[in-house]
Amino acid sequence: MAPVIEIKDLTKSYRRGSQSIVVLENLSLDIEESEFLALMGPSGSGKSTLLNLIAGLDKADSGSIRVRGTDISSLSENGLAKWRAENVGFIFQFYNLIPVLTAFENVELPLILTNLSRKERKEHVTTALRLVNLEDRMEHYPRQLSGGQQQRVAIARAVVTDPTILVADEPTGDLDRRSAEEVLGLMEKLSSVIGKTVVMVTHDPRAAKKAGNIKYLEKGVLANAPQASFPECI
Amino acid sequence: MDLMFFYSLRNLLTRRLTTGLTAAGMALVVFVFASIVMLAEGLKKTLVDTGSYDNVVVIRRSAVSEVQSGIERLKASIIETQPEVAIGEDGRRLLAKELVVLITLEKKKSNSPANVIIRGISGSSLELRPQVKLSAGRLPRPGSSEIIAGRSIVKGFKNVGLGENLYFAMRPWTVVGIFDAGNTGYSSEIWGDVDQFMQAFRRPVYSSILFKLRKSSEFESLKKKIESDPRLTLEAKREADYYREQSEMMAKFLRILGQSLTIVFSIGAIVGAMITMYSAVANRTGEIGTLRALGFNRSSILVAFLMESLLLGLIGGFSGLFFASFLQFITVSTTNFQTFSELAFSFKITFEIIYKSLLFSLVMGFIGGILPAFRASRMNIVEALREQ
Ligand SMILES: Nc1ncnc2c1ncn2[C@@H]1O[C@H](COP(=O)(O)OP(=O)(O)OP(=O)(O)O)[C@@H](O)[C@H]1O
Ligand SMILES: [Mg+2]
Repeated sequence: MAPVIEIKDLTKSYRRGSQSIVVLENLSLDIEESEFLALMGPSGSGKSTLLNLIAGLDKADSGSIRVRGTDISSLSENGLAKWRAENVGFIFQFYNLIPVLTAFENVELPLILTNLSRKERKEHVTTALRLVNLEDRMEHYPRQLSGGQQQRVAIARAVVTDPTILVADEPTGDLDRRSAEEVLGLMEKLSSVIGKTVVMVTHDPRAAKKAGNIKYLEKGVLANAPQASFPECI
Repeated sequence: MDLMFFYSLRNLLTRRLTTGLTAAGMALVVFVFASIVMLAEGLKKTLVDTGSYDNVVVIRRSAVSEVQSGIERLKASIIETQPEVAIGEDGRRLLAKELVVLITLEKKKSNSPANVIIRGISGSSLELRPQVKLSAGRLPRPGSSEIIAGRSIVKGFKNVGLGENLYFAMRPWTVVGIFDAGNTGYSSEIWGDVDQFMQAFRRPVYSSILFKLRKSSEFESLKKKIESDPRLTLEAKREADYYREQSEMMAKFLRILGQSLTIVFSIGAIVGAMITMYSAVANRTGEIGTLRALGFNRSSILVAFLMESLLLGLIGGFSGLFFASFLQFITVSTTNFQTFSELAFSFKITFEIIYKSLLFSLVMGFIGGILPAFRASRMNIVEALREQ
């Protein structure tokens, strides 16, 4: 079977004043269906940059990203927004829940971009919240929840639309050990039981171990093992 | 999209203080706007209610009002003999030759002088104005120095109580009665015997003639006849039209005053709303990035923030109207520029004023919110997400 995500010759540089810094250069990577991939690497190596490109938040300078055959670099601004709504679930380091919406409404939020009826939306939201074991916290606002609980709501929000891929940028970076384990357990379950393709950026080797596959990004190059200059992961 | 509506609404309600202050600014503008339009409306209603459709006022051609008009006795009798004039039950013609002069009286509250209309009445003056009712005392006897005063005059001016003496035209006049003409201009007048007034004021001519039409439909032909008669140089108007015209200049003045004041004030309120919305956008940069990541496109973000600003305007609009509606219980007295006499009337709210005020508040919300909403919608997603 063809990979879900096919990245070819991806180049991305940032302009800072007059000079431009190349962050990713001719990077190629395939990610398989139901794979749980952890991306590691030193700070500033471009992990977030790569993840944002995969998630369709940013545009590359050259190269292509195909997700289930769609070349997302060719999509328009609005086309890309629609594509994200249908294909990407996001899990952020700081949960990024909307403070004025309840847990239920936060999970419902991406569903209002679909044409599901109110009743169907309710069913989906309830299922997603049950999956993260927070059915009893539906009416709570984010500030009434612990960090771990908020991240679980965020996971429910990420999966409620049944997206093609889940992207997570340091999802446990702001959590204590126990909450982090819970969240990682959930993500692992999402890939192994439900068959989601998950791409996670992390600094935490323990988190990375949960993933089925680990890739190291350093100086714009992807490797299967960490290089000498990156001792924290060995 | 009801969730997005709640999103906008709750964001407003969450920052209670800034929302309250900004909405208060808008409320103030709407209050000023509504109250001035309500004033113009109240004035119009008072004057329009003063006249009856089947009555005809005759004044000198090109006189703006009865105050500036003069009709010689001979001309008056020509009008009096027109067959179109209705005849009352007692066989007399329903016609009144009247004198209107202005005198100065001292106001109760401010002690300042103001002009008051003195109307010399005759014959059928009262019959022609069924809305005028004696509420205390009696009518003046013909040939005596007795007067009756309108309700608003008694309320607003000194020395016009029942039985009191008023000194003008070099003579004392006794107030023998008080009349109530409802919310019409007559309530702001003093009436007495026309011949007595003509003597006292040394005025040899009448000011106006008021009569009832035999048949309402005969007005146009009668008007043509009177206005084309070279002996007369007079002008005939339906009483209702005469008073409507009187209200127009004042109402227009109030409207222009209202509009200029509101435009100036609204600039402040719009700037306030803009600052509030810009800071809302800045404070919620991360949130905007999140929404965009979840798949909301630029226009959804624009709409969400614009909606917030429109709601802000609407909160201001409703509060401004709420306070303005209490003005209805207040009666004010001001100079009617057409006659330069004091006229009492109330603020009046109408459906049109309500919807215009709300529309106006929405416009303020829109102008204040469009640029911030535009900024929110143009944000770079990755950069917005970095801002936490
Ligand atoms: N908008 C931008 N403008 C300029 N430079 C940028 C921008 N975004 C990222 N960079 C640069 O690109 C490089 C890669 O950034 P990126 O955020 O992808 O790193 P990272 O691997 O996620 O680091 P960390 O582990 O600290 O999160 C860094 O050198 C960073 O300074
Ligand atoms: Mg990063």
